[in-house]
Amino acid sequence: MNALKNPANMFTAVVMVIFALTPFVAPAIGETFYVTVFARIMIWGIAAVSLNLIMGYGGLISFGHAVYLGIGGYTVGILAFHGVTNAWIQWPLAIGLSGLIALIFGAISLRTKGVYFIMITLALAQMIFFLSVSAERYGSDDGLNILARSDFGVSFFSLEDKMTMYYTIFAFLVASVLVSWRLVNSRFGNIMRAAKSNDARVQSIGVATYRYRLTAFVIAGIMCGIAGLLQANFERFVSPDMMNWPRSGELIFMVVLGGMSTLFGPVTGAFVFLMLSEILAGWTHHWHIIFGPFLVLVVLFARGGIAGLLTPKSRRE
Amino acid sequence: MTKPVALSANSLIKTFGGLTATDNLSLSVETGEIHAVIGPNGAGKTTLVNMLSGEMRPDAGNILFNGRDITRMAGPARVRAGLARSYQITSIFRDFTTLENVMLSVQATQGHSFRFWKPVSRDTSLIDPARALLERVGLGDRMEVRAGDLAYGEQRQLEIAISLATEPTFLLLDEPMAGMGPEESQGMITFLRALKGDYTMLLVEHDMDAVFALADRITVLVYGKVIATGARDDIRNDPAVREAYLGEEEIV
Repeated sequence: MNALKNPANMFTAVVMVIFALTPFVAPAIGETFYVTVFARIMIWGIAAVSLNLIMGYGGLISFGHAVYLGIGGYTVGILAFHGVTNAWIQWPLAIGLSGLIALIFGAISLRTKGVYFIMITLALAQMIFFLSVSAERYGSDDGLNILARSDFGVSFFSLEDKMTMYYTIFAFLVASVLVSWRLVNSRFGNIMRAAKSNDARVQSIGVATYRYRLTAFVIAGIMCGIAGLLQANFERFVSPDMMNWPRSGELIFMVVLGGMSTLFGPVTGAFVFLMLSEILAGWTHHWHIIFGPFLVLVVLFARGGIAGLLTPKSRRE
Repeated sequence: MTKPVALSANSLIKTFGGLTATDNLSLSVETGEIHAVIGPNGAGKTTLVNMLSGEMRPDAGNILFNGRDITRMAGPARVRAGLARSYQITSIFRDFTTLENVMLSVQATQGHSFRFWKPVSRDTSLIDPARALLERVGLGDRMEVRAGDLAYGEQRQLEIAISLATEPTFLLLDEPMAGMGPEESQGMITFLRALKGDYTMLLVEHDMDAVFALADRITVLVYGKVIATGARDDIRNDPAVREAYLGEEEIV
């Protein structure tokens, strides 16, 4: 329990407890609306955790990460459109496609570095975005309604049930954090973190880093694809907008805001980012005028994001 | 009776635009020796090391390591074959502890790292060899220190320890004394002398005291060309070398 003495961890614990209890607390205080809000935040949290895996720990600033939300989402959406709602078909396909696209995009973009990497990930992602815009059959710009959520074919587990849907998302959020925690501290993660700080040196101890980066890229793509398939199910709707480049930018922001290369940073980042935009939007129509400068200030003055602000200086590495 | 050749560079040519960094450069390093490469700034010493380590491809010529042509072999594969290097500009993982730096190298010797679940921080198959190596190189009491916080001389030692942990047979040392004061240099000389015999070494160095204290043979480079190569004492007395290089040092 020592970890909870760190205010950043405490904050995360509080957020996770809020997530866990909301379906019970929110109806009791007559704010059922928050169940929806937090489910959305958790989905973004999963996506942000996946981006942090490559951006925070691997130094790979992907500006096209939201494309995997789209891949995961549209796989569910298109299959449902054709009457295939079986989750055992939808989910493996969504996961497989996200991984495949990440493999192809990673194989191309990881040959570049720095600003070129950012630009190439952006360009590749926008390609898929425009593909979805031009798919008239699947609603083009207007998106695609999903009439039935993924069906697992068992009576005790139906995503049509609100509670089940909510806690499925919650479970995936917890799983994504757990997976990234194990990954980052494993031999694989060791290579990733080392290559982030000094790629040439990792090569000169005999490790060809490309394969490791590519693998990380694929894992992150799959994780984000899962967020996408959850989003499609939760919203019962997919549209090109879910993978347009501003979404990728927001993901980057959530990670930076919460604290790059920290385990829970992306989750708190998603929480604060979306809550704040929700609250500000409630105050004024011109909420971006407040939100924009706030983001700028965070980047300028809180280098480690929220996790950095809340972590005592002595504990920082 | 000559010893077997561990590494040979044959007619290496490398040009950058109009500049010829190495011009038909050939040299061979015998197993077990310390072979120093000296030469004024811009002589092509680091270019040579980069070609030998695989970070640069020569435009022409070839490199043999233990009789095998490695000219087209990628850098990491050369390291796994036993050819490790250290850098002139300290290249360590500054945010890792001293121990973690060496653990990473140990990890690299144990096959692929597509192991996703078990934490490295409790992996004794990494920790034990890393500890043993750090004890051996005299960094035993600095293991838990962040590498970026080590004293400069210690960082230089760690630089070499990282390379040693890859279990090489051959060390390419690019100016191990770079930036060191006289006392630290003396420490590094003692350190390298202790390694002699266990490893074959190619030593690129500016510090003439270090070169003459350590090297068995010396190759002198000027403008990418070998102007002399031979036993230490022959080089010391070679008039062409004195003019091109050693004399220059004395004036300074």
